[in-house]
Amino acid sequence: MEQLEKKILTFKVFRFNAETDYLPHYDEFKMEVSQSEVVLDILNRIKWEHDGSLSYRRSCRHGICGSCAIKVNNKPVLSCKERVFDLVEIFGTELVLDPQDKKRAYKDFVINKENFWKKYDSVIPYMIANINENPESENIVSPKEAEELDEADYCIQCGNCFYACPVVEVNEEYFGPAAFVKAFRFTADKRDESKKERLEIVDKIGQGVWDCVKCFECAEACPKELNPITKITKLHNQIFDEGIAESNVAVRHAVGFKHSIEKHGILDEGELVRYSEGNIGVLKHVPEAIAMFKKGKIVLPWNMPKSKNLDEVKKLIDSSSTTKF
Amino acid sequence: MSKLRYALYTGCTARESTPELLKSTLAVAEALDIELVLLDEATCCGASHLQDFDDFLSLVLNARNICYAEKMELPLVTICNTCQLNTSMTKERLDHDENLKAQVNEKLKEVGLEYKGTSEVKHFLYALIDDVGIDEIAKRVTKPLKNINMAAFYGCHNIRPSELQSQNNGGENPYNPTSIDDLILALGGQNVEYEHKNKCCGFHVELQAPNTANKLSASALTDAIDNNADAVVTPCPLCHLRLDVQQHNISKAAGREVHIPIFHLPQMIGLALGIEPEKLGINHHVTETDLV
Repeated sequence: MEQLEKKILTFKVFRFNAETDYLPHYDEFKMEVSQSEVVLDILNRIKWEHDGSLSYRRSCRHGICGSCAIKVNNKPVLSCKERVFDLVEIFGTELVLDPQDKKRAYKDFVINKENFWKKYDSVIPYMIANINENPESENIVSPKEAEELDEADYCIQCGNCFYACPVVEVNEEYFGPAAFVKAFRFTADKRDESKKERLEIVDKIGQGVWDCVKCFECAEACPKELNPITKITKLHNQIFDEGIAESNVAVRHAVGFKHSIEKHGILDEGELVRYSEGNIGVLKHVPEAIAMFKKGKIVLPWNMPKSKNLDEVKKLIDSSSTTKF
Repeated sequence: MSKLRYALYTGCTARESTPELLKSTLAVAEALDIELVLLDEATCCGASHLQDFDDFLSLVLNARNICYAEKMELPLVTICNTCQLNTSMTKERLDHDENLKAQVNEKLKEVGLEYKGTSEVKHFLYALIDDVGIDEIAKRVTKPLKNINMAAFYGCHNIRPSELQSQNNGGENPYNPTSIDDLILALGGQNVEYEHKNKCCGFHVELQAPNTANKLSASALTDAIDNNADAVVTPCPLCHLRLDVQQHNISKAAGREVHIPIFHLPQMIGLALGIEPEKLGINHHVTETDLV
C-alpha cells in the first residue's frame, strides 16, 4: 500500500475556562500529521491522547450539523471538512487554533453563540403561510421556483460567516450574513406570505443590509459556499422592487450613482455626498472637504470631467434601467 | 520583449479625490516602460452600490467599459480594488452565462458595441507582478526604502471573493496575501506582519454608518502602528481616502492619536525607483507623508 505523506506540525491551541481562568492561554502540541487528517482529527487526538479536558463542539462529522466550526490562523473552518495539509499550504507548519470568537469563549472552543441565535430569530426564521390542513392536491413548487432560493436553504447555521463579519464585531445591532441568508430564504420562497414584513426588518439602517461593508468575508467563510453577500445584494434588489425603500442616506447613496453616471459618466463625488446626505446632512462633511480642497482633492463643479461618448451612456441608461426609485 | 501595453481604467477617484494615484501610476508605468492607454470612454463601475439598486444596468455599464478595452485588443488594468471587483465580476458573469451575455449585448448593440470577453481584467499591482516581475522591478530600484517599516493594506476586493479574484491575482490567498509584502522587500523596505493587513477599512458604509467605518479603520491602523509600521501602503484609492483623509475621525474611534502616512502602491514603487515625490503627487495627501 502506498504510504500517506506525513508532516511534523506545531499546533497552538486556545485554552480558556470562564469558571477558573482570568485570561486565556495557548497550549502547544507538536504532532505528526498525515495527509488524510482533518482539523477535527487533530482536536480529537489532542483530547484523547494528551489532555482530556480540551473542550469543543462536534457531532455529525459530515459537514452538516455545523457544530465544529472554529478558526485556524483566523480562517473560519468547519473542523470536520478542513484538511490540515491544505492549511499548511496557506500558513506553513505552525497552526493556531482559536474558537470562532475568542471574546465569547466559555470553555476552550465552546463559545456562547447567543448573539448569533438572537439575530437569527430576529428575521422570523420560519415560513408564514396559511396552509390548508386538508389539501386535495400537493402544494407543488416547480424546479424553477426552487432555484430562486439560490441554495439559501442549505445553510447549516455554523456561524462561520457571522463570526467572520467585521460589522458584527463593531455594531451590536447588525444582524449579520447568516440572518440575511435566512431572511432571503423566505423572501425568495413564493409560498411565504410575509415578504414585505421581512424586507422591512432587513431594510432598517443599523441592523439591516445597508450596513454591509461589502468585504466578502462571509463569502470566504461559508463552508457550504452559499455566498451570503449575493443574498444581501438580492435583498437590496427586493427592497427596491417591492417599494419598501425609503428615502434615507443609504438608499439615496445607491441610487445616486445612476444620476451621476447619467450626467457625467464618471462619478461626481461631491454631488453624490450631497445627494445622499441632503443639503443639511452634507454640512457635517465640510471640515474634511476643506482639508481635501487644500490638497487638491476636490474637483469644482465647473471642472467636473465627463466620460467620452456620454450620449451612449445616456442611451444605455434609458434602455437598460430595470428599477425605479 | 515587446512593450507592455494595457488599457487603463482609471476609475473615478483617480480623476477627482486621489489625483496622486493617476499621477503616480503614469509615472511608474513610464519608468518601467509600460504603455497605458487611458479608457476615457469608461464610466463609473457603480462602486459596489449601483448593483444594489439596479443589477442589470450595472452589468450593462461595466460591460460597456470592457468593450472599449476589447476594441483596442488590450488587457484592461484597474487601479482601484472596487473597480477591479465590479469589472471582473461582470466579466465572470457574462463569460459564464450565454443568455445573460445575449441580453447585455442586445442593449450594447443599440450603441454599436459588443461584449466578447476577449480582454483580461486585472489590477495594476498584479499586472506589474505577473508581466514585469518582482525581480525586474527590484533591478530598477535606485532609492531603496531603507529603514522603512511598511505595512501592506491589501483592501478587500483584490483578494475577495477569492474564487473570482484568484484568476487575476496569481492565486493570492485571502487569509495570507503576500504580493505587496514581497514587493516591499524587493524595494529594499521592511514589511510589517500584522493581523489586519487583509481586513476591511469600512469605506463602503462611510456615509450611512460612519461609526462602523471609523472603528474598522481604527483597528487596522492601530494594529499596523503597534507592530512598528512607519507607513501603510495600499493598492486601493478607496482604502486610501478612508485611511489618509479620515485620521482625525479614526483617532476618535480608536481613543488615541492615530497618525501614520498612507501611500498608494505606485507612489511607494515610484519612490524606490527614484521618481521625484512631487511627480508622484505626495503633496496631495491630507496626512503628512513626513517620511519622504
